[in-house]
Formats: sequence, C-alpha cells, structure tokens
Amino acid sequence: MKRRQFTQAAAALAAASAFSPFGIVRAQSQKLKVGVILPRSGHLSFIGQSCQKGADLAPGVIKEMLGVDIELMNADFESNVDTARTRAERLIQEGAHVLVGPFESGAAAAIAQVAEQRGIPFVINIAAAPQITEQGYKYVFRNFQTAIDIVRNGLVLMGDLFQATNTVPRTAVFMHVNDTFGQAMARGIGALFPKQSHLPFKIVDTISYDPTARDLTVEVSKAKASNADFVMLVSRLNDAVLLRREMVKQRWNPMGIVSPGSPGMYEEQYFKALGKLSEHSISNVPWYNPNAKLTKVVEKAFLKQNPKDKLDFHGLNVGFTFEALLVAADAFKRARSTDPKTLRDAIAQTNITEKMSLGGPIKFNAKGQVEGIGSACVQNLKGLPTVVLPKEAAAAKPVFPAPYYKKS
Amino acid sequence: MVVAGVLTGLVYGLMALGLSVIFGVVRVVNFAHGEMMTIAMYAATILFAALNVDPFLAVLPIAAAFFVFGYALQKGFINPFITRPEHSQFMLLVAVAIIMVNGLLMVFGPDARNVQTDYQLESFEVGKVLVDKARLYAAGLAVLTAAGLFSFFRFTLTGKAIRACADNYLGAKVVGLNVKHLYAFTFGLGSICVAVAGCAMVVLVDVTPGLGPYYTLLAFVIVIVGGLGSMGGALLGGVLIGVSEALAGLYIVPSAKSMFSFGLLILVLLFRPQGLLGRKA
Repeated sequence: MKRRQFTQAAAALAAASAFSPFGIVRAQSQKLKVGVILPRSGHLSFIGQSCQKGADLAPGVIKEMLGVDIELMNADFESNVDTARTRAERLIQEGAHVLVGPFESGAAAAIAQVAEQRGIPFVINIAAAPQITEQGYKYVFRNFQTAIDIVRNGLVLMGDLFQATNTVPRTAVFMHVNDTFGQAMARGIGALFPKQSHLPFKIVDTISYDPTARDLTVEVSKAKASNADFVMLVSRLNDAVLLRREMVKQRWNPMGIVSPGSPGMYEEQYFKALGKLSEHSISNVPWYNPNAKLTKVVEKAFLKQNPKDKLDFHGLNVGFTFEALLVAADAFKRARSTDPKTLRDAIAQTNITEKMSLGGPIKFNAKGQVEGIGSACVQNLKGLPTVVLPKEAAAAKPVFPAPYYKKS
Repeated sequence: MVVAGVLTGLVYGLMALGLSVIFGVVRVVNFAHGEMMTIAMYAATILFAALNVDPFLAVLPIAAAFFVFGYALQKGFINPFITRPEHSQFMLLVAVAIIMVNGLLMVFGPDARNVQTDYQLESFEVGKVLVDKARLYAAGLAVLTAAGLFSFFRFTLTGKAIRACADNYLGAKVVGLNVKHLYAFTFGLGSICVAVAGCAMVVLVDVTPGLGPYYTLLAFVIVIVGGLGSMGGALLGGVLIGVSEALAGLYIVPSAKSMFSFGLLILVLLFRPQGLLGRKA
C-alpha cells in the first residue's frame, strides 16, 4: 500500500467512525461474548449439565427473537467454589462481556466478587443465598428467588398441599445440606417457620449434613428416630438419591418427603437412579410456566438439540439459564455496546414480560434482584415431575401421604 | 447404629490392614493406599457395567490383578528406595498417588460411578435391629479376608518367612531368605486387602477419583489408632472409627462425625502413642 492509499483509507475509516451512529455499528458488527460458568462435573454435574442445555439453545433462539448474536464461552467450575473464582477471572481475561451462571450459591458469591472487582456484569441464573444481592454490588443481577422467598413460597404451598389432600401431619424432621445454599435455607426456615400459624406441624429435629456425603446411614437413622410424620428436605441431587435409598434400607416410610425449595428430587437423575422409589417426592420450587409462549419456543429448540430428553426434567434449569442469557442479550440490544458500564446500566433497566418462569416480569430492583418470581408444588408422578399446585397451573392432583406410608 | 458402625468399620479395617501389613514388613508407608482402593472400586464398577459381574464375585480377578500390580510396584519402584532416606520413599509414593488420581480423572472424569444390585436396598431384621444386607456382606468379606491373611502369616512357610523379615531384616538375609522377593510378595498381599476392601466398599458408596486421598487419610487414622504394624490393631481401629462416627453422628451432629475420628486419633497419640495394640518402639 502506498502512502497516499494508506492516508485515504485512514481518512475513510475516521469519517465512518465520526459520522456513523457509533453504537449501532458496534452492536451490529459485534457478538456479545457470554461467559457461562456451570458445574458440569463434580457432585453438581448432572444439574450443571442440565443448565448447560439452556445455555446451548439460547444463541439460536435469541438470534431469532432479538436479532442479537451471542457467543458462548463455556467454563466448568467442577462444583468447586475456588475453581469458580478462577474460571470467572479467566473468562474476563479472554474477553467475556458478561458472565452467566453458576447454579450454586457459594460459587455465585465468589464470581460476584470477581465481577464486581473487574466491573463486568454478572447475571445469576440459579443461586438463592440472599447475601449475594445484599452486598451493594453494582454489577450483579439475579433472576431467581432468594432463599427467604423460596422458603416463604414453599411454606405457603406446603399449607396448600395439606389442605388439598385433607391431611394434618403433626411433626416434621428438617434435613438440609450444610453448604451455602443449605445454610441460607435453614436460616430462612428458622426465621419464617415460627410465624406460619397455618401450618399444622412442628419441627421435631433438624439434621444438617454434607452435600458430598458418601453415606447417610447415620443421618437417616437419626431422622427415623425422631418418629416424624414427614421429611422436610433441602437437598442437592446425589444426597437426595442417597437419602431415599437409605430410607428404604432402614424401612422408614413416613408420609412423604416435601422440599420447601431445593433441587434434587425433580431432576432426571433422581428418577433414573431410583426408578419407582422416586415417585411421590414433592418439591416446592420456582418453576417454569409450561403454557407460556416463550416456553413453547424454548421447548422446540430444546427437543431439537436433545431429541431424547424431556423438558419436564430440565425446565427449571433450562428456563432460568435461558432467561439469564436473555437478560444479557436484551440489554446488549438496547445498549448497542459491549462496554461493561453501558451494558450494566442497560441490564438494570431490564423489563422482560415475555418469560418462561412463573411470576411477574423480569425487572431488577436497586439491589439487582428480581422480585415476584412464582413457585409451584411439583410432585413426582408416573415418572415425571408434575405441577400439582397451585390449582390454576396444576396438571394433576397431589398425592399425600405417599402410598408407601406406614403409620409407626 | 452401632451395628452399622461395626460393619462399615470392618471394611475400613481391612483397607487399613493392607497398609499395616506393608508398613509392618517393608517399613514403607504407602501414601497411595486410598488411591489404590479407588482403582479397585472403579474396576468393580467396570466389571459390573460391562459384564454384570457382582462386586463380590469381581473380588477374585481384581484381587489377583492387584497382587500382580502390588508385587510389580514393590519390585520395580519401591525396592530401590528401601535403603534411601525416608523422605525419598514418601515422595515416591505421594507421586504415585497423584498420578493415580489424575489418571482416574483423565479416564473416568470427576463424576460419581456406582453399582446397583438388588440387595443394596434390602435389610435383615434381627429383633428390633435392621441390618443392611450389603453392609453385612461387605463386612463378612472383610472378616474372611482378614482371617485368611492371619492364617497365611501364622501357618504357611512363606508367611513365617515374611514375619522373619519383619522381625529382623539382617537375620533374614543371613539365613538366606530372598528378602526383596518377600517384600514384593508382602506388598502384593497388602494390595489384595485394598482390592477386596474396594470391591466391598463399592456396594456401599459411589466412587469418584477424589475418594483416594480421603481413604488414604482414613487408613492412616485407623492404623495409628490401632497401632502401626499391628494386624489386629488395624481391624480394631477400623471398628472403633466406624462406631465412633456412627455414635457421634447420632448423638451430636451428623455433619461433624469425621471430627470425632480425628478426636480419637489425638487422644490415642496423647495417651498411647504406639496405638491401642501396637508395640513400643
């Protein structure tokens, strides 16, 4: 290239930059790079892989919906909080414009610190520990219920369940994992349960355990010894499977297992690992609306990518992960920029009404938290997690006590 | 609870017995002990998945393979280190352990694997006590293997020769025993214990590569409580740890049950440093 040609080219470039609407040019020519951090291995792997399905289908669906290009930068944090922190740092170094994930509260807290320090927006798909959005962070957003909300909604649904089935359990044993999420849920139960006068039962024993436990013999023996009418369980996945198996081994048949809001019992792996033993377990959790327009669109893409799977098992994980990416893409479209500060401001202004999860629009409050996300009472019936309450969303009637119940 | 603790403790004891036998004779601390057990557990899951072989039947081929592996490991790698400083031996076996864990991660990934047999969900009713079938079978296998090992050392010529090596290395050499062969043979026997314990344990818990360091630590706790080098001590230590974890979980906090194993370890170190059945140096 001769000097004159170079000068002309440089002048043309300068003119294009000066006279074009700068943001539009960038937004149209750029992809939004989203660092997706999930536990695809380790003790949370099955759930992490389930969430990943929601991330994988997002670029195609969002391109059709918003005309925005997304590039996923996937990272596995191996169910390890320290690894989550280093993965977040690496993704930012490699050019991620926004981070999404990570399903687990401890990891979410670690990633939030990194995102805040580096000034990169972080949209949490699933993680409930309330403190994550109580730190005054500016770059952290959560489209998921906090533990307090989960417990509040879960206890209301528990009362509805007993009313709908005309049962009056008198006692419960509360079993919970002792990780960040489990502790937050236990604090939520401790704060809210004493105020629930509509609930007919009292908690006779509280048993915490390690979510990576290899053996729950002692825990189940202790729970059995409490002679409680039912188990109130805050679990992960592997431990929920272990616990159910151990109940069978120890021939303990209470009225049922009811989660006030935790993963585990509605996951596909719970059904696969336990077969018929998975039946009648109940989870009161933030859930997706099977009748929503967006759900139909996502389900179509999901089945295209995973022809052997059913959205019923992955709806929660896929739904909230997809919505986190949708939040990022929607903000990118409005911001017309990948500048972190501009993107962050756009996320803060989000107002998405066309969504997959139950409840009101995706709209962040000053703390970066979405309020008004709905829960459903989901019972394992005929090999599928089935909404049984609230009545308007129910696909079947709840069964409680479980048929295996033997009064002791 | 106590019954479950005793039964699990017996399997722990068998695992630790391997460590104790190896140390008692070869005077090498096997830092790859738990990792070897994890490999045995993976081998059992593979045989179950591929050929539907019950882990209790898979014991025979896996134990045989482990004997050969243990023999070769001692003969090829560890024997040259016998006369070197102890830290060299430690580092050698720590390196072997790390390679094993990472090898398992590369081959199987970090996710848990298990076997699913019918009897895993069944239990016997003895009066008011429910005894988990799988746990009972696992403990029975552990007791049989330990009895076989005791008998071998007591009644066979090779066993007596190995004990002679353990008692007096120089004396054994003077009377013409092939000490290096006997060391390798002993390491093979210790590896059999690990293999059998692994096959028994896989019906009780899921296996991940990360289990190895946990079991190595557990084996150390057990042999220190029971007495390093004492075969009976290893079994007793295993049972004590199993029962203490069960009772601590029942009466205090289940999530803190491992803390009591270490509490017991500290008590033993304070008041009987040679272990419950160990001999004073």
